[in-house]
Amino acid sequence: MESKPTPMKNPTTVERTSERELVVRRTFNGPAHIVFQAWTKPELFMRWWAPKSMGVPMLSCEMDVRVGGGYRIAFGHDAASAMEFFGKYLDVIPNARLVWTNEESDDAAVTTVTFEEKDGMTLLVLHELYPSKEAFEANSGAEGGLPEQFEQLDELLLTLGAEGA
Amino acid sequence: MVQYSQTRLDTSFAALSDATRRGILEQLGRADASITDLAETFRMTLTGMKKHVGVLERAGLVITQKVGRVRTCKLGVRRLEEEAAWLESYRQLWDARFDALDKLVEELKQKEKDDGE
Repeated sequence: MESKPTPMKNPTTVERTSERELVVRRTFNGPAHIVFQAWTKPELFMRWWAPKSMGVPMLSCEMDVRVGGGYRIAFGHDAASAMEFFGKYLDVIPNARLVWTNEESDDAAVTTVTFEEKDGMTLLVLHELYPSKEAFEANSGAEGGLPEQFEQLDELLLTLGAEGA
Repeated sequence: MVQYSQTRLDTSFAALSDATRRGILEQLGRADASITDLAETFRMTLTGMKKHVGVLERAGLVITQKVGRVRTCKLGVRRLEEEAAWLESYRQLWDARFDALDKLVEELKQKEKDDGE
């Protein structure tokens, strides 16, 4: 089923740590300043955030990476059907920490990403904290009632699964 | 597996054959509740409610969790399975992203090395 992992592939883990929080962990084989760049320079961010297997390309990405600065990302096959994600940065510590809001809906999470370097490798920890348990469940689809975005995400994931990625 | 499903189905039907138990599921569909809450809602003794919840629990329709002195009941399996499936698809999304990020990190590392030489 699965495609052959690259020799140095590190596992990605996801854990629901509370009623309204998810934690994603992954180690990268490179120093923190490089991984951080990939999250904060639009031209680099666009190269990985929407991998081909996701099925929907990223159309544009603007980032003003400083406390209070905004970002806006659009996905889609053309501008008419684009889906936009946007918010602002609450905390920016170069090569160490990024916190941003997701303002597409009132139910959206606050995302915190930390970059921890050790022996030339970087442990990345991403937290998504939802405003409430209900918001978490509305977004995760655990309670039925999927918001449109997540239905689209589900479609993407089906594509992903079909490709065996 | 078929045998298992059949047994499971029988247990579920038996659990659902009682009007009170169907009422409990309906109630839990709206919100999680303690055994005490449920006993009050259905005007039953605690012991009686515990029995009903026990039947639903064995059928996998309800799960209970004890926190302190309170045992909270919520709808079972289906929701848990959905959540597990959702978490896995969410993990796959991040994994695909991070595979792409791995390649970029390699490239940037190489570039930095080349620039430094």
